[in-house]
Amino acid sequence: MDQKETQYHIVNYGTYMLVWIGLVILTGITITAGSMNLGGLSILTPLLIALLKAGLVLYFFMHLKYEEDIFQIILLFPVIILTIFIGLTFFDISFR
Amino acid sequence: MADEAVVSNYAGISFYEEKGRYSGLLSWVFSTNHKRIGLLYLISMLTFFATGVFLGLLLRLELIAPGKTIMEPQTYNAIFTLHGVIMIFLFIIPGLAAPFGNFFLPILIGAKDVFFPRLNLLSWWLFISGAILAIISLFTRGGPIDTGWTFYAPYSIKTGTNVSLAVFAVFLIGFSSILTGLNFLTTIHRLRAPGMKWLRLPLFVWSLYATGWIQILATPIIGITLLLVILERFFGVGFFDPAKGGDPILYQHLFWIYSHPAVYIMIIPAMGVISEIIPVFARKTIFGYKAIAFSSLAIALVGSLVWGHHMFVSGQSYTADWIFSLLTFLVAIPSGIKVFNWVATLYKGSIELATPLLYALSFIFLFSIGGLSGVIQSALAVNVHLHDTYWIVAHFHYVMFGGAGFAFFAALHHWFPKMFGRMYNRRRAKWAWFILFIGFNTLYLPMFILGWQGMPRRYYDYLPQFHTGHLISTIGSWILVSGLILMFANLIHAFFKGVKADNNPWGGSTLEWQIASPPPPDNFDQIPLIEHGPYIFGTQIFADSRG
Repeated sequence: MDQKETQYHIVNYGTYMLVWIGLVILTGITITAGSMNLGGLSILTPLLIALLKAGLVLYFFMHLKYEEDIFQIILLFPVIILTIFIGLTFFDISFR
Repeated sequence: MADEAVVSNYAGISFYEEKGRYSGLLSWVFSTNHKRIGLLYLISMLTFFATGVFLGLLLRLELIAPGKTIMEPQTYNAIFTLHGVIMIFLFIIPGLAAPFGNFFLPILIGAKDVFFPRLNLLSWWLFISGAILAIISLFTRGGPIDTGWTFYAPYSIKTGTNVSLAVFAVFLIGFSSILTGLNFLTTIHRLRAPGMKWLRLPLFVWSLYATGWIQILATPIIGITLLLVILERFFGVGFFDPAKGGDPILYQHLFWIYSHPAVYIMIIPAMGVISEIIPVFARKTIFGYKAIAFSSLAIALVGSLVWGHHMFVSGQSYTADWIFSLLTFLVAIPSGIKVFNWVATLYKGSIELATPLLYALSFIFLFSIGGLSGVIQSALAVNVHLHDTYWIVAHFHYVMFGGAGFAFFAALHHWFPKMFGRMYNRRRAKWAWFILFIGFNTLYLPMFILGWQGMPRRYYDYLPQFHTGHLISTIGSWILVSGLILMFANLIHAFFKGVKADNNPWGGSTLEWQIASPPPPDNFDQIPLIEHGPYIFGTQIFADSRG
């Protein structure tokens, strides 16, 4: 179990601000979409936006971008599992 | 076979005699030693189990005859909820993984402790805090909850009983389960002894590995769901209220996404223990090692995708119904693979009918009845007839008590001499098993028939035609409890006054039998070097040792 020395990445404030503005805009889109009648897409839209937002937070704020590939790949695993769980929960609505 | 070189040279102390920063009770509740934490779980869980049994006994007594017998309907509702919550969340979900997994996982893979010992202690503290909160919820505003252990919306949102605190308690217990799963997975990945390749892992370890993944991936979902119930009760958000755009079936989905895999959290480690016991008492290497190991993973995977079968009559679409029905049929395959492999292991074995094997054999019998009745329920048309009847109660108790419960007792009798260094009275243990087995079937078999005849579950009263079944069942509960009392009396007596146990009383071949009974604080003086699989009888496990 070799522990490599942790490397700290200094990320400039500009990047953080840009990501933050992106998150605010996406929140705005979620709220706007919530007041529109999108039919079958009314659940999928906010879920996809939420996924994108979570991705941004993980990637930039939680420094996943600077981690080894293995961690980025492993992250896909719970994302796939959750997609299956949520998919199996919600597909039912279109058949009721 | 005991390795004389390792065992006889050992002159140190056991983990009971280890001196730490604290003494007395504090040396237990603040210990980070995996064996002490395992025993903390064992003692706390057995206390909850005894409480759950007592409540179950009261329920059966109420149902001995139609009409009121010993309690009011509201009390009955509270007691069956409490019986369920205690048995599910405080006994059978931590089940075999928390006590026996903690105690034996590091030993079985040749490690000195789990990967995160402090996190391990935190798990127990979360577990016990959740349990204390659950008890407090009984005596505070609103009183004991009456929703059933499933906390179904909309009733759980509307009832005046103390649902918020009780579900928060379950939330904490869920966290404990996640941390244990995380800890075990990391331990299995990182702390295996040199030479302990994946396909040399004992099968109990494989079962803990599969369970760990379910605990990590599914438990957060019930955590969120329970928080939604609390939010709903305090702020009336409307997640599950159609009047506000919500959906009550959403609650059932979210609840069962976790709670169906949770039954596999309960049963997979049980299957792991059975896979350990059978080769030891058949004196044969396990038949189909890979099939058993990978079927644990298959059960974990497929079992996570079958939850919709709880909603066949809840208004879910027909398309969802048949997809979940198909997936449910599929999960029987890996379970069947295990049963056939166990039976094949016994074939032409040199069988010693010791108590652990008797429990293991009755596990196979009872679990097969429970499992196959599950296959019957997963047929859509039949399910409409059986849904929410006593059939389900019977099925559930056969898989959970007859399955996980009997495996728990099997593990307890198998590993008792290792954990406590003393041996119980074997004759008495066999008698207790016999009474327990008879009592179990007298208690639960009539429930299949009652359910088939149309007796609904959770009802306080019933029509006269169901009287005979209920009467037999209640008599069965007395026999069962007699067996339990004899079993625990025997074990408690052995704990204080039993004869000293050998290091390897059963002639087991896995690593726990190669060290002293009870084990030393750090398990191994030297980390062993593993050169072959776990179930080779008649040879030494330790070909060499490494510092």
